[in-house]
Order: sequence, then C-alpha cells, then structure tokens
Amino acid sequence: MTITRTAMAMVVIFWAATAAAAEIRVAVASNFITTIRILGKRFEAKTGNRVRLVSGSTGKLYAQIRNGAPLTAFFAADARRPRMLEQEGVALAGSRFTYAFGRIILWSPTAGRVDHEGRVLNRGDFRYLSLANPKLAPYGRAAEQILRHRGLWQTLHGRMVRGENIGQAFQFVNSGNAELGFVALSQVISADGGIRGSFWKVPRTLYDPIEQQAVLLRDNRVARAFLSFVRSDTAMAIIKKSGYAIP
Amino acid sequence: MIYGNQDLAALLITLKLATMTTGILLLTGTPLAWWLARSRRRFKFIAEAVVALPLVLPPTVLGFYLLIALGPHGPIGAIMTAMGGRPLAFTFSGLVIGSAIYSLPFVVQPLQDAFTAVGERPLEVAATLRASPIDRFFTVAVPLARPGFLTAAVLGFAHTLGEFGVVLMIGGNIPGSTRVISIAIYDHVESLEYGQAHALSAILLLFSFLLLMTVYGLNHRFKRVRP
Repeated sequence: MTITRTAMAMVVIFWAATAAAAEIRVAVASNFITTIRILGKRFEAKTGNRVRLVSGSTGKLYAQIRNGAPLTAFFAADARRPRMLEQEGVALAGSRFTYAFGRIILWSPTAGRVDHEGRVLNRGDFRYLSLANPKLAPYGRAAEQILRHRGLWQTLHGRMVRGENIGQAFQFVNSGNAELGFVALSQVISADGGIRGSFWKVPRTLYDPIEQQAVLLRDNRVARAFLSFVRSDTAMAIIKKSGYAIP
Repeated sequence: MIYGNQDLAALLITLKLATMTTGILLLTGTPLAWWLARSRRRFKFIAEAVVALPLVLPPTVLGFYLLIALGPHGPIGAIMTAMGGRPLAFTFSGLVIGSAIYSLPFVVQPLQDAFTAVGERPLEVAATLRASPIDRFFTVAVPLARPGFLTAAVLGFAHTLGEFGVVLMIGGNIPGSTRVISIAIYDHVESLEYGQAHALSAILLLFSFLLLMTVYGLNHRFKRVRP
C-alpha cells in the first residue's frame, strides 16, 4: 500500500517537474564548450530548466542552423556568422551580443618547448605546427595573421596541420602528434588560472580581435533568460576566469 | 575553371591512396582470406570478428585510436621513433595504414567467400594429379575465385575513395599530402563554397557508381559463364 502510494507520488512529482522545467538546445562553438557547460550548470541549478549543448565548428553550426536545425540559441566563435543569420532573418533581430573575446596561445604540453616570446616559430626545430583551419575557424584565421605578421606563413606552410576546428587543433598537440600549436587560451587554462606545459600568450596586437557573439534563434522564454544570465556579472566573471577577455 | 589546383591535387591523392591501399590489401588479405576459408581451428571466429570490426566501428573510433597509437607516446609511434623513423600521423604513409585497416573487411570477406565457394573437390582432384599446394592455390583456387578478387579489389578501392572519418582524425588536412577529396568537399561545404562542393561531389558519385556498376556487371557475366 505504502509502496504504491510512494510510487504514485513519485510519478506525480516527476510529471510536475518535467512539465514545469523547459529544455533549450544551444549550439556552441568548440572553443567555448567547457565554459558554457559551467554556465549551463549554474543556470540549471538556479532555474530548474535544462540546457542541452551541441558543439562544433562555427561554420558547420551555421550551415545546420540555416538548414533548419532545431536549436534555440547559438554561441559562435565570431561575429560574422551571427550577423549573417540576423540578416537572413533566421536569428531574432536585436538579440545579438558579444559574450567574449577569444585569446589565442601558442602551446606545447612539454615544458620548455615554447618560449614566452614565440621565438620557437623562427627557430623551426619542430616537425608539425597545429592550428585550426583558417578557412573555417576564427582561431585559425588569427593563427594565420600571427604567422603572416612574423613573416612565417610561407616558410612554415609544409609543417602546418589543420584541425577542422580549434578542438581538433588542440587534440593534435595534446596527443603529441604535433609538437606545438595555436590553441585557445580557454582550452589550456586550469581552474586556478595556471597553464601546464609551455606557452606564448600572443599579444593581442598581432591578430584581429576574436569577437565571439551569441544570438537567439527562436523566441523562447527560457533561452532569453539564459542569454541574459550569460550577460550577468556572475557569468562574465566565469567567462573571464576561463581565459577570455570580456566585453 | 571549376576545379582549382588544390581540388585536383586532392583528387590525385585520393586515387593514389585508394590504389595503394587496394594493392596492399590484396597482397595481405589473400593469405588471410585463404586461411579463414580453409582453417578448422576452434578459435577462427575470433579472427573473423576482428576482420569485421571496421565494418561496425565508427571511423572516428579507428581514427582516434590510430592518432594515439601513431603518436610519439603510442606503441606504433614509439617503434617508429626507435627505428629512427618519424611518427606516421599527418603523413601519406599514415593514411595508407589507416585506410588499410578501414577497408580490410571489404577485401577479405569477398575473398573468403570466394575461396569457400571453390570447395574441397577441385583442390582434391588437383592433388591427385600431383599438384603441389602452391600449384593448387595459383592454378586452381585463384582462377576459380576470380569474381571474388574483382569484387574485393573494387570494394576496397571504392570504400577507400569515400573514406572520411579516419583521414579527418589522422590526416591534418595538408594540401598535396593528406588532403583527400572527401576532406576537400567538407572544407568547401563548411566555408559555404557550395559550387565547388557540388563539382567534387559529382565526380565522386559518378566514379563510385561506375565502379560498382562494373563489378556487378562483370559478376553477372562470370555467373553466366560458369555452370
């Protein structure tokens, strides 16, 4: 008797919980995935709504959204794709905002491999340099600008391996297959702000700002709430701690 | 010109990769298939399962393991470095290894089926005529299994042409070395160059269709010729 009653109560509670809590699906550029996971957890704890994340390269997510992917919001790695979606009438006009500025870093998991001024690039004592594909990924474009600035774009051409997105560029270095690579600061920074291995934090004058924008794809109450949560001071502090500059 | 130089290079690399992979697989797959077809060992089924694994495993799993295995800390990478060689990730040789594993069942299984279909009888007859085991293999089994060889070669070749996941994981997208046609198409689609993507995709579609049509057409002929 009591068992049936408990079971019934549980069913009712479960039903009530699912009915009240809504779920949103958010597309996110690979570089921001760890950070948005933290933000999503905070938001879920605060509101009881669920945030489901779909990550990939900005270019791929853009193409999927344009072709009707059922997503509520989009956190891109650039400003171009959200602007295009807005112009094409896919994204909600006026919902677009900058949530972070990406920072790029030349990184190796091996201590002493990369010096603090990136002179290792000129010495060239490595076999492979990993970067995100400049054609597809904003972090790849930044890497290209840095190499061009150094006059090394042509010289190092045969040694570059291109990841489909910054996540893959990181994986190539992290697995040791490429000795060093241009990755996002957010990928290598730990919770206490330290960075393992060796690195060169590239001065921001050497590449165009990686302005990362978010946009709303459907007029949805929970998604709106999530986007304004991301703009809050609490969220911005988390984003900053994760290795981004904030607007 | 709708096909850029880089696209043509990708096409050539793809053809080279498919040709080399098919060659290597026919050489190594034939003895393996022969053993699988003839052996009566109890644990043969384990070998059969291993051969079939690439059929069901997602290419990303293969690519991921290969990336780690080929890397300097992985077993294959460590052997290569110890022998004074270079790690194989991001090289054409690395792609050949990956493709050979990826297309293995497509070559071994048709060969195994063909050898099984030959049966004991013709080989026994040849043996009574004092044909040595090697003679029996080359003058009896191989000619009788000819349709199997054709199917194996074409499927191995066509499957390597369409390879994507493994190359994406271990190739590094180097133009002129590891950027194959499927990766080039992917790049075009992602950067919204749909025109070039269409042009390359059409080649791949047409080529694959012609290949498969050839193999099915010839197989019908073989069946009609043989009683």
